[in-house]
Amino acid sequence: MSRGLKATIAILAALVVLALLALPGLRQAIQRISKSPKSEQEARREVMQAPISTPTDVNVQAQMYWLSPTTPGSLAATSVQIPLSADSVQRAKQLLNALIVMSPAPARRTLPADATLLAFYIQPDGTGIADFSDELSTGTPSGILSEQLAVDSIVQTLGANNTGIQKLKILIHGQDAETLAGHLDISGVFPVSSAALTAAPAMGK
Amino acid sequence: MIAAALPSRAFGQAAQIAPAPAAVQAATQISAPALAQSAAPLRNALAVVVLDPSHGGADQGARGSTGITESDVALSFARLVRISLEGQGLRAVLTRQANDGPSFDDRAKLANGQRGVIFVSLHVSSTGQPGTVRVYSLPPDNLPVAPRTGLLPWDRAQSGYLELSRKLAELVQIQMAQHFHGSPETPLVARVRQLRTIAAPAVAIEVSSVSLPDRGPLDQMGPSFADAVARAVAAFRVVYESEGR
Repeated sequence: MSRGLKATIAILAALVVLALLALPGLRQAIQRISKSPKSEQEARREVMQAPISTPTDVNVQAQMYWLSPTTPGSLAATSVQIPLSADSVQRAKQLLNALIVMSPAPARRTLPADATLLAFYIQPDGTGIADFSDELSTGTPSGILSEQLAVDSIVQTLGANNTGIQKLKILIHGQDAETLAGHLDISGVFPVSSAALTAAPAMGK
Repeated sequence: MIAAALPSRAFGQAAQIAPAPAAVQAATQISAPALAQSAAPLRNALAVVVLDPSHGGADQGARGSTGITESDVALSFARLVRISLEGQGLRAVLTRQANDGPSFDDRAKLANGQRGVIFVSLHVSSTGQPGTVRVYSLPPDNLPVAPRTGLLPWDRAQSGYLELSRKLAELVQIQMAQHFHGSPETPLVARVRQLRTIAAPAVAIEVSSVSLPDRGPLDQMGPSFADAVARAVAAFRVVYESEGR
């Protein structure tokens, strides 16, 4: 046997040993990945909706508007302790992210779980511009009632937590949309004030 | 409390219709002397009801997990309402006859091109207490003030009709509360896109819901729903014609 051949066999043997040593680790990694498959939406959420933290954050009892657990077709305020920034834009982002991810129960959700807030701006006249991902439109249950409740929950949550926003414009993926999910006209701006708190419909008894 | 006074009944089961509620009686009282005053033709006689089965074509609207679609149910309801209205001698026109999908503006054109018209948009939601019906008109804050040019901007066409639309919504909602237990007693306001470009009294009616195991209960609602709309339109006709005189 030549010297070169011996060296090749030795290298191959070493590689086989190394592969055998690495195999259990690889198997564990595959199992870990297969146990928690990340959807595209979840992956996007991790990037886009990472908790927003600012130097002026203070833990406060925020008033969040989700579906009422007792009165169908209406919203109810729920107090949730979250850190909120003194900066209005950051504060609005924190509130809207919480509105999406912190619903106390799936049945109380007003916005789709996979919707993300892409951007938020406030114009000098106090108009807030909330740019949501397509999932806000595709995932909101179609209907006048459900679409109005979705918008009301956004508007009332912003109005109840000292964001200073006077009006709200909703964009879908950066674009002006005619309706939220086929019914409710979102081409205009929505007033954000205590008056908006009366917008939730009251159902018959 | 009309709904509270009605006996409890199963989903979709129509109530025995009670005597006309106060608002309908008031409407009739307004009209009786007005109609008796003169045989002159009415300036604003109500001639046509445009019924708008929402969605259609590729757009099915709300869709239940068992395949019930808003576009199908709305079209069925519109056909029943047309029969009831024609029974009153009114002309009823549908914005779509089959599973086609006219645009918001195409539907508006059908109403805006006629005189003496009202517009009723029909919807079936994916949420809400099954068997209930809600009636909507546009909120007063929805439309910016139109410039004083004498022309009505297309995208604000509803601005001159908000009060009449609210009255129509009130009359329809009263009927729905009588016919369908659990429905609100007063109408709601919402920025329903279809209503914004209608230059006539216009309401949207939304039935709950497509989220049912089968379509049977919704089909059972159809005749009562049509009767309720027809009664409300009859009451509104009096208001409309007395105000147009």
